[in-house]
Amino acid sequence: MSTVDEPLYPIAVLIDELKNDDIQLRLNSIRRLSTIARALGEERTRKELIPFLSENNDDDDEVLLAMAEELGVFIPYVGGVEHAHVLLPPLETLCTVEETCVRDKAVESLCRIGSQMRESDLVDWFIPLVKRLAAGEWFTARVSACGLFHIAYPSAPDMFKTELRSIYSQLCQDDMPMVRRAAATNLGKFAATVEAAHLKTDIMSMFEDLTQDDQDSVRLLAVESCAALGKLLEPQDCVAHILPVIVSFSQDKSWRVRYMVANQLYELCEAVGPEPTRTDLVPAYVRLLRDNEAEVRIAAAGKVTKFCRILSPELAIQHILPCVKELSSDSSQHVRSALASVIMGMAPVLGKDATIEQLLPIFLSLLKDEFPDVRLNIISKLDQVNQVIGIDLLSQSLLPAIVELAEDRHWRVRLAIIEYIPLLASQLGVGFFDDKLGALCMQWLEDKVHSIRDAAANNLKRLAEEFGPEWSIQHIVPQVLDKITNPHYLYRMTILHAVSLLAPVMGSEITCSTLLPVIVTASKDKVPNIKFNVAKVLQSTIPIVDQSVVEKTIRPCLIDLAEDPDVDVRFFANQALQSIDHMMSS
Amino acid sequence: MNGGDGEDVASTVAGPVAPLEWKFTQVFGELALGEEVQEVDVITSLEFNKSGDHLATGDRGGRVVLFERADRKEHGGNRRDLETVDYSVSRYPEFRYKVEFQSHEPEFDNLRSLEIEEKVSNIQWCQTANGALILLSSNEKTIKLWKVQEKRVKKISNLNIDLSKAEGIVSVTSSSVSSSSEQHFTYGSFLDCPRNCLSDNLFIPPGGIPSLHLPVVKSGETRLIARSKRVYAKAHHYHINSISNNSDGETFISADDLRINLWNLEVNIQSFNIVDLKPVNMEDLTEVITSAVFHPIHCNVLAYSSSRGSIRLIDLRQSALCDSHSKIYEEQLAPGSRTFFTEIIASISDVKFAKDGRYMLSRDFMTLKLWDVNMDSGPVATFKVHEHLRPKLCDLYENECIFDKFACCLSGDGQRAVTGSYSNMFRVFGCASGSAEATTLEANKNPMRRLVMTSARSSRSLCSGFTHAVRLERPGLGSGNSFDSTRKLLHLAWHPSENLIACAAANSLYMYCA
Repeated sequence: MSTVDEPLYPIAVLIDELKNDDIQLRLNSIRRLSTIARALGEERTRKELIPFLSENNDDDDEVLLAMAEELGVFIPYVGGVEHAHVLLPPLETLCTVEETCVRDKAVESLCRIGSQMRESDLVDWFIPLVKRLAAGEWFTARVSACGLFHIAYPSAPDMFKTELRSIYSQLCQDDMPMVRRAAATNLGKFAATVEAAHLKTDIMSMFEDLTQDDQDSVRLLAVESCAALGKLLEPQDCVAHILPVIVSFSQDKSWRVRYMVANQLYELCEAVGPEPTRTDLVPAYVRLLRDNEAEVRIAAAGKVTKFCRILSPELAIQHILPCVKELSSDSSQHVRSALASVIMGMAPVLGKDATIEQLLPIFLSLLKDEFPDVRLNIISKLDQVNQVIGIDLLSQSLLPAIVELAEDRHWRVRLAIIEYIPLLASQLGVGFFDDKLGALCMQWLEDKVHSIRDAAANNLKRLAEEFGPEWSIQHIVPQVLDKITNPHYLYRMTILHAVSLLAPVMGSEITCSTLLPVIVTASKDKVPNIKFNVAKVLQSTIPIVDQSVVEKTIRPCLIDLAEDPDVDVRFFANQALQSIDHMMSS
Repeated sequence: MNGGDGEDVASTVAGPVAPLEWKFTQVFGELALGEEVQEVDVITSLEFNKSGDHLATGDRGGRVVLFERADRKEHGGNRRDLETVDYSVSRYPEFRYKVEFQSHEPEFDNLRSLEIEEKVSNIQWCQTANGALILLSSNEKTIKLWKVQEKRVKKISNLNIDLSKAEGIVSVTSSSVSSSSEQHFTYGSFLDCPRNCLSDNLFIPPGGIPSLHLPVVKSGETRLIARSKRVYAKAHHYHINSISNNSDGETFISADDLRINLWNLEVNIQSFNIVDLKPVNMEDLTEVITSAVFHPIHCNVLAYSSSRGSIRLIDLRQSALCDSHSKIYEEQLAPGSRTFFTEIIASISDVKFAKDGRYMLSRDFMTLKLWDVNMDSGPVATFKVHEHLRPKLCDLYENECIFDKFACCLSGDGQRAVTGSYSNMFRVFGCASGSAEATTLEANKNPMRRLVMTSARSSRSLCSGFTHAVRLERPGLGSGNSFDSTRKLLHLAWHPSENLIACAAANSLYMYCA
């Protein structure tokens, strides 16, 4: 054994720990693999480190995952692209392990390396690797192989191309559903690299096999490749080959398949062109909007805006809008909720008249929905509504909905609406806010739930930022400060918190004149929790106010607190005092 | 023994399949004379994997024990212990102990003040990948995914930092699992710092630093390591009665008394409820789920059985929540035949699909029923298992044996079915039409001692001669009295491709082949 010089010690430790018993240390070493490689030099990395990694591949999954990731960016450390192929063997073994995330990462790294490799090296090293994996004994290897074809194929000589296509076709008919699923998932990527002539023959026949698979889980992945393939084909081929498949999928026995169609359908519209869209896809989509299964309607309702954008307004009004109307009173709240989150996007498509005439009633009924989620989804898209129908019309129906949500008995609902208040305020303007929402904002400060009080304090800060200090001094600050006399100390704490948040927004002058006296008064509170919070608030106000104020007001107050009988109060007071000293010295 | 009569009956059997001659092959965990059964050792589940090369058992103590096929050359041919024994001329399938691990520990549910037993009540094998054995095991609340894999024990040497010369410098531990003789050092602050603050701008010459080298790893023996990969917990309010893997290789179900949940094997943080029998008012509850199983081929079909004796088939394609079944299989009882026990003994304790998915086998307290998936009007065959106990239902109710949940199994070819009984007996029936095979065996080393063949197959209403057969086989004990309700054979499994039955009698695992 050799001895190691002092400066090399850290690297030596790092190398030794590649094989430590402690998994954290092994992980640490693997994550610094590039450092180890640089220390060994390119040649020894190729000849020693990489074979070493290939041999030691029965480590824990966490370590293997890290190794798969590191090797993906390892080309510079083995001497550049001309040596990139040495990285393939360790990744090849990682492609066969049983843990999915390790395999996926290994495939990702192989793709990254493969896309940089020279064409001749791809033929010599990468393509044989893909073939070996595709013929692997375990399904894990074959699953991984499916994700590598799109890298291997483009640079392959013709003879290999034919072979690769036929191997992929075998994978599409593998015994194991896992392999067929992987083949279905990657079909789109592979098809994008295949020549147009073979696309129509070989790829389409693989696609047809997959669409007729016994397993739902395979068929529903085939749906995903519909859109991808559709974009590659000429419109007329797409109409001839993809359209019938998607139409039959939209009536599949399995709701999961229909669900996938509902999610993907709009992507196919462009590929097939306007006429087949009108004759085939719109009816299919309407069927999905009226599906028996709520999950399918949820997916379809969520895409209603995207779908309408592709259509002409007449088609949308004629076919889609009636369905939307039905969905707005759907028996499932989740369907209504999905609809509520996208429905406003339809307004620009339909134009102002149709919006006011047809969409607004739906919109208003959703705003009065019995489920808070539905109402919240509408309110969250308020900016889009405002542009189309104007604030006056909106405010009449909006306000009752907001007030109701603000007083909902589930605190999470109240929390959600509080988060939208600044957005509402900016949309609706100062006037509306003063009249209607101001009181609500104050009311939340005295909520029974801490998270709500906390959010209310934050909300005031955001409002102050939105409307400026002058507005705040009139409409927020007095009301807040009034509440400092609340008999319950938890509410007084909330006010203190609100004050500390407002201070930076209000600026030095208002802080000194209005806020600071209140804080100082609070330092005489009988509850220690209030007192040490005063200390914390004072500490946070130090940077805001002038040094003279610090010395005249804050320091004496803290000194008093530093002699409090309560240990926590003394602690935080001293901490604040230290930070004053620190400020002064710097 | 009145063996002659038994043979007479056997000789009258006329069917396409000849009855099998069962031979004892192996026993694991046999009690020595006078040894008491340890409660924790009692086997509570057992299952062959898909190839039949492995068998897993779970016990009340929360342990899972794996056995592997030992009479095949290609299986682990590289292992030394295989080479020392000549298995090439094997007369019968032989299994050997492979590995054992603690799957579940006793727990306490603090929210509901309930003890959760560690008992492994279900085992399901998953698709073997890359040489690793993967299986699911569950107790009454929690399901776990296990990976059992061979790991090489490594000896690390030739480190950069020589431990023996480490003098004042606090050095690293680098011992491998096996090298316990080496000294263990702890990390000091001196080393912690450089490891973590190792700067990337450390000067390294272009050719690297020649004095550094990689450690040398020597592989030693291999060891089997079982690791818990995922835990699927907190999804069941009631006791899990069954888990079942889907043919798609990525999902499984778990069923408790009122609900069935669907899981993805890769995701342990969410499951989807697909069947929910829980009524708004629990007083309206009329039945509970007793067992659930996926179809062996169609990934969208599953069957579940209920305490009222029905089997429902549901199609997952139909809707996300499958409260309405697509088919229901139940046998209409003849009116007037109802007694106090009718409903209790109708409860199905186990339901299984045949390998091709065409037939289902169900077990209730008195009978074993074979159903054709395409015929929901009634079973195609009913095999009377406990008819001789009918006069004793009162006693069985009092000692709660009437609630015992016996498992059942179909052979790989679907020609025969097996189920357990009391007195450590199990019965094998011929399912093929025309077959009258009905063999009773006792789980001990001499199973044929009490073997009797009789025509127990009843065509629905025809009451067979099984009670007669019982008298034949136990003439010494007097009629009807011949059972020991404390020795129950609840769990058994049929090898997927061969005539090999594994059955659990208390803490012993018996294997029989034919």
